[in-house]
Amino acid sequence: MNNQTEVKIIDIGLGNIASIQNMLKKIGFDSERMTEPIISENKPDLLILPGVGSYDYAMKKLNDGGWVEFIQKIASEKSTPIMGICLGMQLLCEGSEEGKLDGLSLIPGHFRKFQKNEDQPKLKVPHMGWNEVHFQNSAEWMSRGYEKTPRYYFVHSYYYTHDTSDYVAGETHYGVTYASAIQNGNVFGFQFHPEKSHKFGMNLFRNVMEKIC
Amino acid sequence: MLKNRVIPALLLKNGGLVKTLKFKDPKYVGDPINAIRIFNDKEVDELMVLDIVASKEGNEPDYKMIELFAGECFMPLCYGGGIKTLEQADRIFNMGVEKVSLQTATFENMELITGIAEKYGSQAVVISVDIKRNFFGKTKLYRSATGDTTNENWKEFLNSAIEAGAGEVLINAVDKDGTLTGPDLELIKEADEELDIPLIALGGISSMEDIREAIIAGASAVAAGAFFVFHGPHRAVLITYPKYEELEQMLDISNE
Repeated sequence: MNNQTEVKIIDIGLGNIASIQNMLKKIGFDSERMTEPIISENKPDLLILPGVGSYDYAMKKLNDGGWVEFIQKIASEKSTPIMGICLGMQLLCEGSEEGKLDGLSLIPGHFRKFQKNEDQPKLKVPHMGWNEVHFQNSAEWMSRGYEKTPRYYFVHSYYYTHDTSDYVAGETHYGVTYASAIQNGNVFGFQFHPEKSHKFGMNLFRNVMEKIC
Repeated sequence: MLKNRVIPALLLKNGGLVKTLKFKDPKYVGDPINAIRIFNDKEVDELMVLDIVASKEGNEPDYKMIELFAGECFMPLCYGGGIKTLEQADRIFNMGVEKVSLQTATFENMELITGIAEKYGSQAVVISVDIKRNFFGKTKLYRSATGDTTNENWKEFLNSAIEAGAGEVLINAVDKDGTLTGPDLELIKEADEELDIPLIALGGISSMEDIREAIIAGASAVAAGAFFVFHGPHRAVLITYPKYEELEQMLDISNE
């Protein structure tokens, strides 16, 4: 284990930081909460943007706290991996039907609300529970170490859409087939909660840490 | 495909794990932390921990205990019991709990739901209702803190809670609690017809077949207490949870 690895988690009341820290600790990594957008000399090896709640509430917090420029800046340096979880992944993209505010726009794409349709007249929203993720060949690093199709815990009402499949790293089916894992260079996100997906989530966190170390 | 969740519902009383029978006679079944560790190893879908005396006795949630749970729990955790304010919910979310279950406080103050949902999202707020059938089999809303039924229409109550921001419904069949006599399928059907948000059915589950029937009746998730903590006709305490493959096979119902 590499104890020198610096993992920072953005802590502005937008998600379950304790759960993420508990999971990282379980696989041997310390992490720190970040409450102010200040870049130290040593930039982190991984920046995690967690998130639960509504799109505009979260974007407002990021805007008001000066986080937007901070995140965009360290992302553009290309060397800092940024991982979004759940709403955090949505915030990394351009926007959502849920809100009016622009996202961080680090990964192209918008979010649309799950709708009942003819095939799925009883589709319940949010999509809540354990579902499978099929990782793309292009995101082989995410899928290492799984003996069978991994499943993770999901809770969300909006799903990723984009004209191209350029940023799709993994797909899930719920009413529609959509991207539940996305990546654009050093910026990537998971719609599900790996920190709450016991062994499957633990393995994914290991893959992330291996990728960045 | 989305698999329906199967959720152990653990009841807390003064720091111990208990199991009730029709909401009465709490019997001590063990140490909650130990139980959570076992459920963790068994890779359960989600856990629900409900403090059955906090509201009744007007106590604060037991934060120390909740923090211990959250640190041990690598799956989603829902806590319920004694939450009256947004500040109390803040403290609980900060420890690593994903959802709070509300009941007693919402009878007086639906705005509590709105406050929590605005800050943490609807998915973090479970509205919990206990339903008791009267002498004529009619479903009545029951208040667990005072132990009486009310004449308020439970569907209307749920709809206003959903309107206020609740993202999930926990429906507990009081007459089935701890009896291991199968779920109240009629109640589940009725609730499912009424609701567009996920429904967790609790009460009466005694077998995998019961879980399956509850799902066919419309439950998005099935919670159970006695089924996961008791074993055999003498109700010996034994913590169990079905293997994933069993669940997958059993719950292979195309209702995603």
